[in-house]
Amino acid sequence: MSRATLGVALVSGIGFGFGLAYSTMTRPEVVLDFLRWRDFGMLLVLGGAVAVTTPTYQLLPRLLRKPVLADSFGKHHSVMSRQTIGGAALFGIGWGIGGVCPGPAIAGLGAGNWPLLVALGAMLLGAYVQGWIASRRRVAAPDR
Amino acid sequence: MVHDWFPNGAAHYLIGGVLIGVAVSFAFAMSGLVTGMSTVFSAAWSYVSDRSFFQQARFTTSRQWRLALAAGLVLGGLLFVATGGSAFQTHVSWWQLAIGGFIAGFGARMSNGCTSGHGICGLASFQLPSLTAVVTFLLTAMIAARIVALIGGT
Repeated sequence: MSRATLGVALVSGIGFGFGLAYSTMTRPEVVLDFLRWRDFGMLLVLGGAVAVTTPTYQLLPRLLRKPVLADSFGKHHSVMSRQTIGGAALFGIGWGIGGVCPGPAIAGLGAGNWPLLVALGAMLLGAYVQGWIASRRRVAAPDR
Repeated sequence: MVHDWFPNGAAHYLIGGVLIGVAVSFAFAMSGLVTGMSTVFSAAWSYVSDRSFFQQARFTTSRQWRLALAAGLVLGGLLFVATGGSAFQTHVSWWQLAIGGFIAGFGARMSNGCTSGHGICGLASFQLPSLTAVVTFLLTAMIAARIVALIGGT
């Protein structure tokens, strides 16, 4: 792992975290208001982010042979599977209960939203249990 | 009409979203990184658990930059407050944060993506499974949020 990559990730994270705090997505109340159709601002957050990221992801690999500081562009590969969709359904249930998703849980801490530590700790625990179960499945069916 | 949809104004939502998009684009342009957030949890566990799921190369080879990204998120939140943004502490009940956080953490890792992974990176990559995931979690989240309100949640 090059130092440049770590530096880029850190700077990107700072922008990401600042954007999350600026958009007030680090406030679970705002997320819950969106999910209960009282304030549709979250659609603008997602829309703004996707509007900027889409041309980057689509055009850059065609314009440049490689990223400025690395050898290849990463790819987001998702598969249509029961895991992807079932997991998304579960993720939504959790998001709807607490109003917290991974990015804002982490960025919110920096913005002084300490109660989010509860959500962040619970997320880490949930991720552990998921990996624990998935490890057992991999033993039972290694090719999956 | 617009006022009804955005009772707290619209500009800060859009500006925040664009900033996030710029940050995600920066990581991609400079180092080719695809910056979904939830993977950092599995990647962090790869340091302490030898279970086979956590020891996959996709976690062990990316865990350093993913932790740097997470550290940046905290610093970004800090920078927001340091530059005059108002700090805010949630009043959502602790049981909602705990139960919701656990299920969201489990589900995001099972689905291999969350609001940023499927929502931003997946949609921007024109991935149909990600679009399906986004529609699915928006739907279940809206139902869950209504039920929580009905049973006396925040």
